[in-house]
Amino acid sequence: MLQRTSNFLYLRPKILLAVLLAPPVFWLGVVYFGALLVLLVNSFFYLDDFSGVIVREFSLRSYAELFTPANIDIFRRTASMAAAVTVASAVLAFPLAYTMARKADRRIKPLIYLSVMLPLWSSYLVRVYAWKLILAKEGVVSWVFEAGNLGWLLDRILALPVIGGPSLSISTLGMFIVFVYVWLPYMVLPIQAALERVPGSLLEASGDLGARPVETFRRITLPLAFPGVVAGSIFTFSLTLGDFIVPTVLGNSSFFIGQAVYSHQGTSGNIPLAAAMTTVPMAIMVVYLLVARKLGAFEAL
Amino acid sequence: MIDRLQSRLLGGATLLVILFLNMPVWIIGLYAFTTEEAAFTFPLPGLTTRWFGVAISRADFWEAFGLSVRVATVATLIALVLGTLASAAVARTRFYGREAVSFLLVLPIALPGIVTGIALRSAVGLFDLPFSYWTIVVGHATFCVVVVYNNAIARFRRTSWSLVEASMDLGANGFQTFRYVLLPQLGTALLAGGMLAFALSFDEVIVTTFTAGQQSTLPIWIFSQLTRPRDRPVTNVVALFVILITAIPILLANRLTESGEQNLEK
Repeated sequence: MLQRTSNFLYLRPKILLAVLLAPPVFWLGVVYFGALLVLLVNSFFYLDDFSGVIVREFSLRSYAELFTPANIDIFRRTASMAAAVTVASAVLAFPLAYTMARKADRRIKPLIYLSVMLPLWSSYLVRVYAWKLILAKEGVVSWVFEAGNLGWLLDRILALPVIGGPSLSISTLGMFIVFVYVWLPYMVLPIQAALERVPGSLLEASGDLGARPVETFRRITLPLAFPGVVAGSIFTFSLTLGDFIVPTVLGNSSFFIGQAVYSHQGTSGNIPLAAAMTTVPMAIMVVYLLVARKLGAFEAL
Repeated sequence: MIDRLQSRLLGGATLLVILFLNMPVWIIGLYAFTTEEAAFTFPLPGLTTRWFGVAISRADFWEAFGLSVRVATVATLIALVLGTLASAAVARTRFYGREAVSFLLVLPIALPGIVTGIALRSAVGLFDLPFSYWTIVVGHATFCVVVVYNNAIARFRRTSWSLVEASMDLGANGFQTFRYVLLPQLGTALLAGGMLAFALSFDEVIVTTFTAGQQSTLPIWIFSQLTRPRDRPVTNVVALFVILITAIPILLANRLTESGEQNLEK
């Protein structure tokens, strides 16, 4: 019986392929993709303001609601945070990725690699929680500032408009630090991969032709590593756009996209508006991905 | 001279970034022992191990932990089956729609978690299904597939196909070839992928907030403590526990991937 089935499948590779593909394609193509379509369809319904009932007929009302000043503020706030986090991650990731790719010897390299992989995979929520402890008013950071007699500086920073707040654990600055921390590994790995592909002979040639190390770095290494930076930025940007945990835990009352979506579908039961709102980060990411492809990021993934 | 200075600077910057990446987890380890109940004072006012006992005696903690383990186990098993099938199909054959399949697999982690979460929620709502253990599992399995798939396909690409042909030539049928030739080759990659999938599922909170009904998984329990802190010392202990539970599979997976690839190179 087994033998017969095996021969049957071996002689008909197309049927074998169909057998292999059917379960995963059913799961992701029907269950998951279907769910995405339901979401899309939902975004064309609307919530009747008076009765509080979802009206299931085609309308662009939920989309129109996206353009209220309050919502535009939310989008702007989230996108600027994503951009700031991306730039900061790139700056921090570069030296680490460079050391991993070019400098570290065989014994140290696996250790550094692990020190990037462990935070990447270990509990995201707990790592956010750790910062709640660190940034608390009476926590580690305040203690460091006090110990250096710089308590006034911390107070001055927290008094700043927009980025400040009552304590670092409830401020935009704190949120920024935590975002950079949680997404940093996603930036390190693509940059490291891109740097490892830079041929050593190019660097030697550059040196032989009289370029100083700084010049070689600026004119050879950096341009060749740039697609890696763009590839990493896809993750840091997209992850920040869609997150609602960090703003909920460290933010004040001004919403981010994720929180707005969450509250619309939850407390107010306005699934159509929540659905329409999720198209915003998706649209931003589509544009972002198109630009990234132009910059050669997909070869660096 | 300048070179040495630069290399010092680079080394210093690297060290600082590594510290930044890893120090917060040590802080969690430290706070699990604090004597304080209502604040996060540093340096710790005193050390105690009594919160471990308190955490262990908490029924809500064990309930959440049990649910998380059951969800992660079943989601991982589903992901293992689906991920292996998909990678076997995509690795060896070219067919119409191949790109679409690999795109479909990556979609659940490429899209922001809220999109996946709310999409599943509105689909569940549309069919009036009850939110239950199974809706959580479906959500988790969806994004775990890609982890297994990535690990398996990398191994498939490095496995030489002549082994399979030799096995067939020697009279083994397709199932025997899979069992005795392909599976041992894939073994460590699947184990590594499965462990990462387990860690991913065990820790997931965003999709879960949308697909869970009244039950809470361990991350949801922690999240509720984060927004409305009631039991800070117990949360500290649970946080440390979660870090350890997820770190073990990650370290093992790392080890397995390395040793698996060394075997292939021999």
